Amino acid sequence: MAKGVLVDIPKCIGCESCSVACKLWNELEWDEQEKNKTAIDRAKEPNNGLWPEEWTSINRYDLEKDSESVARYVKTQCMHCEDPACVSSCFSKAFQKLPEGPVIYDQSLCVGCRYCMMACPFDVLRYEWKKAIPGVRKCQMCATRVANNQETACTSVCPTGAIIFGDREELLAEAKKRIKENGYVDRVFGEKEAGGTSWLYISDTPFEQMRFRTDITSKPLPSYTEGYMKATPFVGVGWAAILAGLYVYNNKGKEPLD
Amino acid sequence: MELVTTVVSKAGAKKSTVKWKFKMTPMRWVFTGIAAAAIAVILVRFVLGLGATTNLNDQWPWGLWISFDVLLGVALAGGGYGTALIVYVLRRDKFYPIARSAMLTSLLGYIVVVLGLLIEVGQWFNFWRPYVSWGHASVLFEVFWCISCYTVIQILEFCEVGTEKVFKGAHKYLKKAMPVMLIIGITLPTLHQSSLGQLFYLMVGKVNPLWWTAFLPVFFLLSSFFVGAGMIVIESSLAGKALNHKVEIPVLRGLVKISAGAMILYLMLKITDMVVRGTFANAFAFDLPSIMFLSELTFGVIIPIIIAFSSLSSTRKGLIWFGILTVSGVIMNRFDVLFTGMGKYLNQYGGSYVPAVSEFIVSLGLVSIACLAYLFLAENFNILGNHESEHADDIEIKDGKYASTAK
Repeated sequence: MAKGVLVDIPKCIGCESCSVACKLWNELEWDEQEKNKTAIDRAKEPNNGLWPEEWTSINRYDLEKDSESVARYVKTQCMHCEDPACVSSCFSKAFQKLPEGPVIYDQSLCVGCRYCMMACPFDVLRYEWKKAIPGVRKCQMCATRVANNQETACTSVCPTGAIIFGDREELLAEAKKRIKENGYVDRVFGEKEAGGTSWLYISDTPFEQMRFRTDITSKPLPSYTEGYMKATPFVGVGWAAILAGLYVYNNKGKEPLD
Repeated sequence: MELVTTVVSKAGAKKSTVKWKFKMTPMRWVFTGIAAAAIAVILVRFVLGLGATTNLNDQWPWGLWISFDVLLGVALAGGGYGTALIVYVLRRDKFYPIARSAMLTSLLGYIVVVLGLLIEVGQWFNFWRPYVSWGHASVLFEVFWCISCYTVIQILEFCEVGTEKVFKGAHKYLKKAMPVMLIIGITLPTLHQSSLGQLFYLMVGKVNPLWWTAFLPVFFLLSSFFVGAGMIVIESSLAGKALNHKVEIPVLRGLVKISAGAMILYLMLKITDMVVRGTFANAFAFDLPSIMFLSELTFGVIIPIIIAFSSLSSTRKGLIWFGILTVSGVIMNRFDVLFTGMGKYLNQYGGSYVPAVSEFIVSLGLVSIACLAYLFLAENFNILGNHESEHADDIEIKDGKYASTAK
């Protein structure tokens, strides 16, 4: 069964244990400039705090709720779409959606065209611009752990239960239950967005105030180009046949051109 | 103009001597200079990476090189397949005099595109991966296959011209293969010209609705077809000056009218598309995208149509204006789809992208290399008209510069 992660935004206290666990498990480098940044700084960055060596980041938003000011921490990373745009956009199959849920990337197949970055509906892909031989970097949802029936590194260390790992279907039911019980915003972000994602978010404050792309389509993105690609071989062969016919017809009884 | 250096190389030096010439004019020195600067930047790019030589970033993974070298390069090279269709398949022999030069421009355009792509992608040494690891759900997969195969086909098509002068033994075989190459060579660009537009259809909700439409492939295809005449007019007037060769007005006018016909279809589809999707309000909002969209259509399509079907197109001046406006319109369109169309979305959280000087140098350098290659090939092979270059050779012989000729 496909796995997923449920993020209960109000439960997060912003301790950033998940970020540390991610760094350790994935052996990501520590960047000097990232050390002094706060969750508030990262929330204001164009990059959302995600960099080639930062696969997840905690962003803090100071919001108004019931005329009280509250702080909400949002964990960002790849959403692991059910039908990912990056997978369909890659012309050399460097991306793969695993049956267990993770969307993984293989740099050895990558040409480096960056069409995936343009296509990603959540803009989570990062490129190693500083390297002479760069690759795309993103959360791999601890694919090797998940394949071995372990949970993701980040969820394994969360002290408050703000992020929990499980079967996506069960998490979705749990999310809906919590929305009802806690009077959250009536939306599981990730249930239908971009055709559904493995990561699910619930919140008591409006998603659009926390940089969620709430106007996103609920159709899987690959479905926008699927028909076109399927028709292409037939259009090509048909058009070539028409051209050949025209060529023969128009050249009949004429001297060929040089 | 008289900075003359003549290069003579003796290939196959036994009985027949083939001679090559290339006169360096001030303009050609300028091209050479830009090309040299570009090669320097390209070397830095390969050693230090994209971050060191471009202003690309995670918000703007695609920038000038993709839009100028690839999107625009392919579109402006569209004159090749269009001319092949009109001349060889539809046999409108009237246009034969421009066929070879249009197809040579197209070939050089594609070589620039392929070089540009190799510089632009991160892992250039992996360029062959899509041939074996088929990501066939990707529109880019189709673009990649078609562009690379079409470039090979175009090189073979040019070999048919080239073997009139060198390796003459192969000429008759190439000539026999021409019909097949021509048909494949029209089919492939039809497919990838439209696919370049379809690339952006995957970016749902990111591109301004003025440009993001299911008609994207049709618009890209039609505009690549109608810009062909504009390019041929500009190119023939530039080459006319540089190489002392003029294409007759009726030939160009005929082409311009065919192109304007395609423009009318394009315009009607644009309007239909706006009606269907209800984007009139966006088009007349008079914000930046709206102004770009309207001027693209007015100056790049409507005015050229008027020029084409009025007496204006019977003068060289009118034709050149048609060319300049049409080409500018398509340049604007391709930049609009990426920069104007996606700017609002990509910059929404403070992203920004202005191409670096080094990016401009590389783009201009690639164009300069193509111009130099065009001039060299047009001077040394029969490109511009029936045996014009052979004729020019005779004059040189009378001058006594060469001992023997290709004849």
